[in-house]
This record gives sequence, structure tokens and C-alpha cells, in this order.
Amino acid sequence: MSPAEEAQIKQSARNGWLLSLPAIVVLTIAASGPLLIILLYSFLEGGTHGNVVWSFSTEGWSSILWTKDIFTDSYVWADAHLAIFWRSVKLSLMTTLITFVVGFPTAWFIATRPPKARAFWLFLITIPFWTNLLIRTYAINEVIRVEGVLNLALMQLGIIAEPLRLIYTDTAIFIGMAYVYLPLMVLPLFAAIDRFDMRLLEASYDLYASRWHILRKVILPIVKPGIIAGSILVFVPSLGAYVTPRVLGGGKQMMIGNLIELQFGQGKNWPLGAALSLTLLLIVTVALLYYVRVANGEKKHG
Amino acid sequence: MTERNAIEARNVVKAFGQGDSAVRALDDVSVEIREGEFFTLLGPSGCGKTTLLRLIAGFEMPTEGVILLDGQDITYLPPNRRPVNTVFQSYALFPHLTVAQNIAFGLEMQGKPAAEVRARTDEMLALVKLETMANRKTSQLSGGQQQRVALARALAPQPKVLLLDEPLSALDLKLRQAMQIELKRLQVETGITFVFVTHDQEEALTMSDRIGVMSNGKLQQVGTAKEIYTRPKNRFVASFIGETNFLTAEAEGGKVRLGSGDVVNFDAPAKGTVTLTVRPEQLRLGPADEAGAIAATISNLVYFGTDTHVHLELADKTELVARVQSPATGDAGFERGGKVGLRFAPGALQIVGD
Repeated sequence: MSPAEEAQIKQSARNGWLLSLPAIVVLTIAASGPLLIILLYSFLEGGTHGNVVWSFSTEGWSSILWTKDIFTDSYVWADAHLAIFWRSVKLSLMTTLITFVVGFPTAWFIATRPPKARAFWLFLITIPFWTNLLIRTYAINEVIRVEGVLNLALMQLGIIAEPLRLIYTDTAIFIGMAYVYLPLMVLPLFAAIDRFDMRLLEASYDLYASRWHILRKVILPIVKPGIIAGSILVFVPSLGAYVTPRVLGGGKQMMIGNLIELQFGQGKNWPLGAALSLTLLLIVTVALLYYVRVANGEKKHG
Repeated sequence: MTERNAIEARNVVKAFGQGDSAVRALDDVSVEIREGEFFTLLGPSGCGKTTLLRLIAGFEMPTEGVILLDGQDITYLPPNRRPVNTVFQSYALFPHLTVAQNIAFGLEMQGKPAAEVRARTDEMLALVKLETMANRKTSQLSGGQQQRVALARALAPQPKVLLLDEPLSALDLKLRQAMQIELKRLQVETGITFVFVTHDQEEALTMSDRIGVMSNGKLQQVGTAKEIYTRPKNRFVASFIGETNFLTAEAEGGKVRLGSGDVVNFDAPAKGTVTLTVRPEQLRLGPADEAGAIAATISNLVYFGTDTHVHLELADKTELVARVQSPATGDAGFERGGKVGLRFAPGALQIVGD
């Protein structure tokens, strides 16, 4: 290679880097910028009517776990916050699990249809996205509220005598989130199952595997990337869910998203809100790292 | 090889679809496959050979008839409860497992103790000469190596019968020929009954103890390679295996009269019109004026290296092809348009049914 050619290659490599500059700028400003502002706010003192006062304080962070008792001036555990964290993690895990249990057979069903029918079924899966999340959530509310469709139907059929008090409970939030996030589980699962070579089923069956073994030893390990993708797509937004717990939890059964909103709104405690936002980010990151490690854990697959 | 039957199919019918539109992939097939033999099901695509294999494996159930393994009725036994393993055309290796894990799969599913699984896997790796590849992913292997993994995986649980569904069709010619020898070696070494499906007559002739020729869902003829080649039962078998010539003739007691009017000594069992077949290499060409020879005109010459195909035309325009071994000089001494005298080698003429 001549020096001139070498110089040209170097030049084009430099140009390639220049081409990605807009993306780098946007990412820096759009992703890191707000995060840095939140980090900054979490270490400032709260103003009396919201906003922040420009003096350093760790009050925002410490009040996640402890509240100051205004009478005795001593610190006590912030039970309410811990209960909300626990509810958020528990409901998100349950949502991920139920969407997988329901979503896997659904995705399998769609992936094993003839190509034309497959497009139709996938189209059905995307229909809920046509309606605003808030409206869909209110629709769930309409179904499960005390005088709602579900209770009326069950009572008419004589299955229950008293209406079920589902609305404004954790169960209501769970039902709502499972409904809202189910497509996010089905789609990546479908993509993974669609790539699965169905001839492997015959090969396993021929090699003395039972149906259960085929599922556990062949299908699940091979479609694992789809399971990981689906679980992340469901777990992460579940953990930060705001609309669903607000509408179906009735403001009493809060999740982290609602708690954060409360601090920036009525609570007028911006540093705590900022610290809670970062805590949510931390929980998500730790959960994802742990999950991906466990999922890829036992054996390193290339 | 013993005289015991490893597999026996009795009057097996397999129909796909319902009612009038049903297609009979297998139409009353009965076959006995002996213990320890290399049996080949040979036929063009769509003849039903793969369907028969899938019935033996248990992936399909017959519409009618029974299938026996070692004398036991296995017609409705699921694949995971039959001591029969398959080498698939696509290999169907597990992409998430290593070579060794692929081979160990069947043994593990059978619940064999870990030590036995390991020992048997090592033994199989050695048998197919893949010891150094044990921890590779199957996607990192060449086609020939994947083929050997598929073989080892199917042989590891020591099945009574090994089914092979066109396993060599994806390989190139050189590798295919090497694998033919390899397969035959494995079959002899393990003593396992092999049922091999192919549309390639050369594969069938070189490897098999016996061949079952299939067409249109029916078993046309079963026999050794020599029997099938030299005494084909019908027109289909004669033309599907090797090249051949057909002649229509009138049988008249110890002689047959060809369409060209020539009379040939041939002991036909009955009088009337018969179809005769004769292989191109069994035609003898001599001088045109030779006494008793059939007069023929050379219409074309095709040089194949080892031999030359001489296309002949008889007096009544009947066309025949003779295969003549090329002499050292390469020139067989024939000319297009030349006249020759044609004779049939003793015993070369065969009567075939339609």
C-alpha cells in the first residue's frame, strides 16, 4: 500500500468519526444532560414552594430512608417509602412473570401459523397500541370497579354474592400492568420463536426427550434472547409505571413513579424527588445486570 | 447379518388429506428389513421413501397397516419410546450445545448415569474422529463435520435401527464419496441395522446390502444391488437404476422377433408382445456384414473418457445406445453414419413388466 493510499484511508476514518458527531452531541445533551441536572438537584436544599435553594444538602437522599419527626426532632424509618419500593419491585416482577407465562404460548401460537395468518395475528397484537394508555387504563378500571362489568357478570351468573373489591388494590395494578405490557413480551418472544428451527423438535423427540425436556432443554435455551429482551421491555417500564397505579391504585397504592411525581407536585420536595428518580435508575440498572448475568450465567454461550 | 427381521412393515398405507383429495404417499407397502443389514430405500422425490422412514421413526402414524420392530408392534409408539434414531437431512444439530453435548443429548434424555454418558460420548467422538472438536459449537464446523456429529449423536444411544434421511445430499461430490465409505465402515463396526433413504442410485448401489426401489408410493422391487441392476422387475426399476435400452418384440417359442424384423434367440416364457431391456454395456458391435448380427446405423457418438456412447438406429428406426470401452488411442474406430453389426451379450436380454 502506498503512503498516499494509507493517508486516504486514515482521512476517511476521520471523516467517519465526524459523521457520528451529531449523534454523539444529541446523546450527550439529551441523555446525560437531564441526568446531571437531576443529580445536581438531589444534592441541593428544597425550597418552601418547590424548586431548589442553591446550597449543598444530603437531606434529599437521607429522607428516602428516614423522616424527621417534627415533634421529637429525631429520625425514624420512612416505612411508607420502603413499602412503595417493595410494592414496585414485587408488582414489576409479577407482571414480568405473568406476561411471560401468557405471552410465551401466544407467541408460539403465532409463530407456528402459516405466514399469511401470522401477519394477521401480529396485527391483532398491535391493536392496543392504537389507543392512548390512559384510555386503556380507564377501560380496565371500568371493567374491574365495584359496579363494573366483571362484578356485574359474576353476580348475574351467581358465582359471587358480593362484588369483588379489586379496584384500588395491588391486584388491580397488577391486572392493569399485565394487560398494558403483554404485547411488549409477545413481540420479542415471537421474533425469537420465529427463528427457531422446528426440525429440532423432531430431533429431540427422536432422541428420547419428553415434551417437558424438549421445552426446558431445547426450546427455552434457544429462544432465551427473546425471553431476556421481553423481560427487560416489561420489567423496566413496569418499575417506573405511573398511569396504571395512579388510575387503578387510586392514589393510595402508590408505586415509585407516583411517589416521584408527588415530590415534584404536592410534596414540594424536589431534592427528594430527584434522589428517588436516581434510586429508581439504580434499581433498574442493578436488576438488569443481575438478570442478564443469571440468564447467561450457567454456561457461556457464544 | 442374521435372518431375523429388525423392521417389518405390513400392508402400510399412509394417506395425507381427507376424502377424494387424499393423496396416498404409501400404497400398501410391505417390506422386511433384516437385522444388521444396510438397507436402502431408493426412489425419485415424492415416491414415499421419506414417509416410510418417518413412519418407522414414529413421526407419523400409518393410515393402515402395522410396523414391527424386533417382532414387537411399534405402530403407535411415540418416537421417544422407540429404540430407533434418525440422521436428518438438515442434520438438525442443537445450535446451543457443543459437539460433545449434542452427542450426549440422547443418552442424558434416557437418564443414563453421568459417567456412562461421558464414556459413551468419548467413544462416539473417537468413532467419527472428532475428538479435537468436542467443545466446539456446531456452527463452527464444516458440512462434513456436522454430518459426522449428526451420525455420532444418533448412534450414541445404541439404537436397534438407525434411519438416515438423504444425509449426504448437502455435501459436495468428493466429500460424499468419502462419507459413503465412512458410513459403510460405521455400519459394519457397530453392527446396527441402517435404513438409508436416497434418490441417488450410485449411493444405493455402492453401500447397500439390499435395496428397495420405490415409486408412486409403492415398493417396486427389493433385492441386492446386483439383482436389481441385472434383473429389474419392471420398466421403472430398469430405467431408474443405471441406463438401459428398451425393445418391443414378439415372442415366438425360443425366439423373439424385434420390430426391425430381426430374430434373436431368447427363451421367452409366453408368446405375445414383450418388452425387453438390455444395458448399453451388454451390446457388442462388429462388422456390418457379420453373419447373424443385426444391422444398425450409427446416428451419434458421445465420448465419455472411459467409454464412448454409440447411438444406433435399427431398420425400423428403433434407437439403442451401446457403451463401448475406449481403447488406448481414444478412437474406437466408429464413424457417424457408419454401418455396424449388433449382437447382445449372452443373458443380457431381460423381459420387464410395465
